[in-house]
Amino acid sequence: VEQVKLLDRFSTSNKSLTGTLYLTATHLLFIDSSQRETWILHHHIAAVEKLPLTTSGCPLVIQCKNFRIVHFVVPRERDCHDIYNSLLQLSRTAKYEELYAFSYNPKQNESEQVKGWQLIDLAEEYKRMGVPNDYWQLSDANRDYKICETYPRELYVPRTASKPIIVGSSKFRSKGRFPVLSYYHKNKEAAICRCSQPLSGFSARCLEDEHMLQAISKANPSNRYMYVMDTRPKLNAMANRAAGKGYENEDNYSNIRFQFVGIENIHVMRSSLQKLLEVSGTRGLSVNDFLSGLENSGWLRHIKSVLDAAVFLAKAIAVESASVLVHCSDGWDRTSQVCSLGALLLDSYYRTIKGFMVLIEKDWISFGHKFSDRCCQLDGDPKEISPVFTQFLESVWNLTEQFPQAFEYNEAFLLQIHEHVHSCQFGNFLGNCQKEREELKLKEKTYSLWPFLLAEQKKYQNPLYNPDFSPELTLLEPNTVSFNFKFWRNMYHQFDRSMHPRQSMFNLIMNTSEQNKQLEEDIKELEAKIKQRNGRSDVVLVKEQERTAHPAPVALKSSPCFQKEQPPMPVNDAVRAIEGSNTADNRYSELVSEFSKAEPAVVSLEYGVARMTC
Amino acid sequence: MEFSELIKTATVEDVVLWRPGLPAVRGTLCITSHHLLLSSCPRGDLELWLLIRNVDAVEKRVQNLGCYQPPRSGGSLRDTSVSGSSGSITLRCKDLQVLQLEIPGMEECLNIASSIEALSSVDSVMMMYPFFHRPPSLRLRQGWHLCPPERHFQQVASQTSRWRLSTVNRDFSACPSYPAAVIVPAAVGDDTVAKAAQFRQGGRFPVLSYFHPKNGTALLRSSQPLTGPKRRRCREDEKLLGAILDEGGRGFILDTRSAQAAKQARMSGGGAEPKSSYPQWRRLHRALERGRPLQESFAKLAEACGEPAPSVERWLGRLEGSRWLGHVKAGLSAACLAAQCLDSPPCPKTPGSPRREGCSVLVHGAEGTDATLLVTALAQLILDPACRTLEGFQALLEREWIQAGHPFQLRCARSASGHTRGKQEAPLFLLFLDCVWQLSRQFPFSLEFGEQLLLTLFDNAYASAYGTFLCNSEKERSLCGVKENTHSLWAWLNQPEEQHKYLNPLYSHNPSVIWPSVEPQSIQLWQGFFLRWIRPSQHLDEAWEEIRRLVEGNNSCIKEGTGKRQSQSLPEPTLPAGTRELLLPTGNAEGQDGDKGQQITEKPADHTKNPQQITPKKTPDHTKTPQQIPPKTLSRSPKKTQITPKSPRSHKKTQIPPSNPQITKKNQT
Repeated sequence: VEQVKLLDRFSTSNKSLTGTLYLTATHLLFIDSSQRETWILHHHIAAVEKLPLTTSGCPLVIQCKNFRIVHFVVPRERDCHDIYNSLLQLSRTAKYEELYAFSYNPKQNESEQVKGWQLIDLAEEYKRMGVPNDYWQLSDANRDYKICETYPRELYVPRTASKPIIVGSSKFRSKGRFPVLSYYHKNKEAAICRCSQPLSGFSARCLEDEHMLQAISKANPSNRYMYVMDTRPKLNAMANRAAGKGYENEDNYSNIRFQFVGIENIHVMRSSLQKLLEVSGTRGLSVNDFLSGLENSGWLRHIKSVLDAAVFLAKAIAVESASVLVHCSDGWDRTSQVCSLGALLLDSYYRTIKGFMVLIEKDWISFGHKFSDRCCQLDGDPKEISPVFTQFLESVWNLTEQFPQAFEYNEAFLLQIHEHVHSCQFGNFLGNCQKEREELKLKEKTYSLWPFLLAEQKKYQNPLYNPDFSPELTLLEPNTVSFNFKFWRNMYHQFDRSMHPRQSMFNLIMNTSEQNKQLEEDIKELEAKIKQRNGRSDVVLVKEQERTAHPAPVALKSSPCFQKEQPPMPVNDAVRAIEGSNTADNRYSELVSEFSKAEPAVVSLEYGVARMTC
Repeated sequence: MEFSELIKTATVEDVVLWRPGLPAVRGTLCITSHHLLLSSCPRGDLELWLLIRNVDAVEKRVQNLGCYQPPRSGGSLRDTSVSGSSGSITLRCKDLQVLQLEIPGMEECLNIASSIEALSSVDSVMMMYPFFHRPPSLRLRQGWHLCPPERHFQQVASQTSRWRLSTVNRDFSACPSYPAAVIVPAAVGDDTVAKAAQFRQGGRFPVLSYFHPKNGTALLRSSQPLTGPKRRRCREDEKLLGAILDEGGRGFILDTRSAQAAKQARMSGGGAEPKSSYPQWRRLHRALERGRPLQESFAKLAEACGEPAPSVERWLGRLEGSRWLGHVKAGLSAACLAAQCLDSPPCPKTPGSPRREGCSVLVHGAEGTDATLLVTALAQLILDPACRTLEGFQALLEREWIQAGHPFQLRCARSASGHTRGKQEAPLFLLFLDCVWQLSRQFPFSLEFGEQLLLTLFDNAYASAYGTFLCNSEKERSLCGVKENTHSLWAWLNQPEEQHKYLNPLYSHNPSVIWPSVEPQSIQLWQGFFLRWIRPSQHLDEAWEEIRRLVEGNNSCIKEGTGKRQSQSLPEPTLPAGTRELLLPTGNAEGQDGDKGQQITEKPADHTKNPQQITPKKTPDHTKTPQQIPPKTLSRSPKKTQITPKSPRSHKKTQIPPSNPQITKKNQT
């Protein structure tokens, strides 16, 4: 469809880009008159909306799961209607096999594909934690998914927990998700375990389950009591009792300390995010409206409650050396959040790029966080959608803000993961549990995301990362005072590069990205020239060699690319954009002076990310 | 008056000091004429010097031990007091620090409190600490002539001859709050200027604040015209303003009040320029808060920040209730508007763009000493890269705030906790600093100075050992002999060992205009100021140090090469010889920058060759040039290479291994 206009969400003047809209099997593609392209994966589309006809055409608003909102104006209503219908169909896939991951082909051969899937090995990870050991062993009870369909095959349980105890306990737990090991802290000999709520109702008991908890407690020689964390608000947990579920009765279990944490359920979170997006999407917002909207959405409160729970968990382990059993209702949403964040606080390994992948693979993917349902990968029940994983990423982001040196990865890494959780481009996040993934033969038919992220890990590295910042297994103690929780602009406005109304009024934003690109190309060109010249200069030749000898450097040539592929942050974009727009008019020397500054720019860009909201 | 009269009790032993987030300190408290001194006992390893001028409010509480003991942590320490009674004093400082002193003995406590109260509100300028402070490393009179109007005029004169330096105000008769020399249009004589001054409140006739060389436009400031209810006119004032514009040119008057307020001001003799008498000027209104409401906003925010452990809702609610961030946004957007009028693309490409282009701007509110200065100073910071250097920023402050007559003494007499006292206090300068901070957040490498400078400036504006921010105008300063008898803050700051602290290691010269985003999502709370004493900042500081270290390592390499940053008197980074190697893994390609520098100097011939290729004049054919260079991606066909690197960075993210799938899909279509 030609002559389509792309409106800018935040510009105050009604400026728009005109271009052509293409619909492909997997993407929506918009190419504007200056040949800039906007790719939108169909799987990213969360909602398409047709607005009432206006004089200029038929407006079409597309909301994406990565918080991009695009606003097209299609000149002819028929076209608009066609696009609308096809997008509706394309964005709602009924079967897994139709997802992009099954058709996506990154030109890898089979062995690379297999290797990619083997990159993250959870058995290796448990070994790293120090299990199996004298107290914990690998259980084969769930080898054929007989006891619990949503758990992985390999589960670690206390040595003293015999198979009948496991089976009995699983019968007493919602969805059969009995207590298993999630993280083992080898210095404190304490463990994070996870399960689902007990089917206790008002008075039911289960001796096997009580034995199970006792076994976990006994598996920790350094402390005789253990915590049981119910991550739900107490009221919700009590309401569940009426349905024959509920929470552990402290009288029935010996040596447990029971604790409610009060993280709201998926429905509350969904509507909270909805409110947040409504507020942040408003045009011409005043500061006060924004703040009150932020307050009313409750989003930051929820993030705080998640992080508070994780801090509680981590402290129980690191300070009291007590094992902790975490559960919520089904043990795959809030439990995943709390367990993974707790482990992140406890173990610096998870603060590395590889470690973070392992953490997600372990606590989220293998323990059956329902990615497919929560991210609406298939056309399903809208009530199952919930930004649980987004909250996890946001909590991690908050930690990176507080500890700029503690994390090897940066914000871009988190954003990229978020992107691919929804993109269905890789097999990792497809499906709801391991069993389903095996049935889909994902490992043969699709590719794993992690090797691709690792391959471009330079983009995701935090230049301030200091591996000595916190030695292995020291607790990260974040401050969860309210003012530390900030609106994550780069997540929710990732694609709103024009959060600068002044610029668009000034006609700048129109050309920024383009000119920026030109400049970067120019830089490359110039750099190539300089190199040629240098070939003749002896002094520089020496230095040249020195450069190639550097192990890690982002070669200058690639550093502009690096900048370019940064997640578009409105602010920093503008810096570059403006630098770009004007320097381009300047003389060569100035161009180069900026060029030679490319390196500090990269560093500071990261810094900008890290401290953007401080 | 003698200070000794005010000091009732000079020394108290066994005082316990509490500060939020820090362990308690026990020691001896001394009150001197200007300082509160606490040295810890018995080891004396901590000495706290507090300028008494910095104390904003004193709260005292006394009790007899026998009756009632309030439940307070660490109450056991109090048991040692022998007198049987004790008291505690809470000192709320102007920089928002809160100190709590527990003093044994009720009488001592009351004496100390009243001494501090009396000393902190000494009114006489000549009695203030700057007149007594004599740092050994500085000479008097040093640094006072950082930016005389003459120098500013020289800069302007080098670009245009339409302005002249007028000494009409040399004895401060035309305008008591202006400096002795001001820049006015060359076409207007001094007598006209003097007459125009009578038509403006406080005599603040329109003067040049900034000349924008790109378009030859001028930023002026003044106070409101005294039109009054009878709509008086003043030929001289009209002539003065008319002389600024070309024949048929247009200018904008940015009124920092709402249209309503400007109209109301007529009743009290003020008003705004009517269109009929100033046909070439168009008025714009941008209501900025000032005076009491701003002071209250500041007080509310400070109070919100001081609240221990609020819930997220409550915190956001109080943040909203203070409206401070709204004022920051308003300040920034007004400055943007002014800058936007001054600066515009020479040839606007799209006809639909606003027509406020390349026009001179006159900014005024009522008195022209508060919001006006905020707007003019910020606009310059946005437009002019020279103002974004450490030196340039100091000159900007000197010009636009100090010499321009912002009444610092009145406005900064009290800070957030003293809101009950006067009418004149208003944290305009803080609002300015906050706006600058927002800019520095949004453009992290365009400002040469860092947050620390802004904090130091705030502290010194409210309580200082230096004379720079004393008094309300140049006239008062010359009467008090400030320049002769006190040291300049700039002289202190510009000492190499001090200056070092205030520099932004990430600075790189950015020759263009920096347009900030004023969306509420982009405006942030300046935690470094408002939560300075509350938030634990250790990790942030460490990260900052790390950045500094990285960049300095980098710079030293550059210096080896060309000495790129000639303009800075940055001390040689004190890195050991081996540091460069150590830095390499993290510092990435440090060496390369240096290399580049060398290469450039070695081959100056490049200048001649390249410009045609670089300077994009926004011509259509230019867009092709970069495309022809195959970017170094691994994609296979030339068509692909065009697509992959070109998709704007935001969109790139959709498909991670970029090239292939899209292409195939595209072909399908």
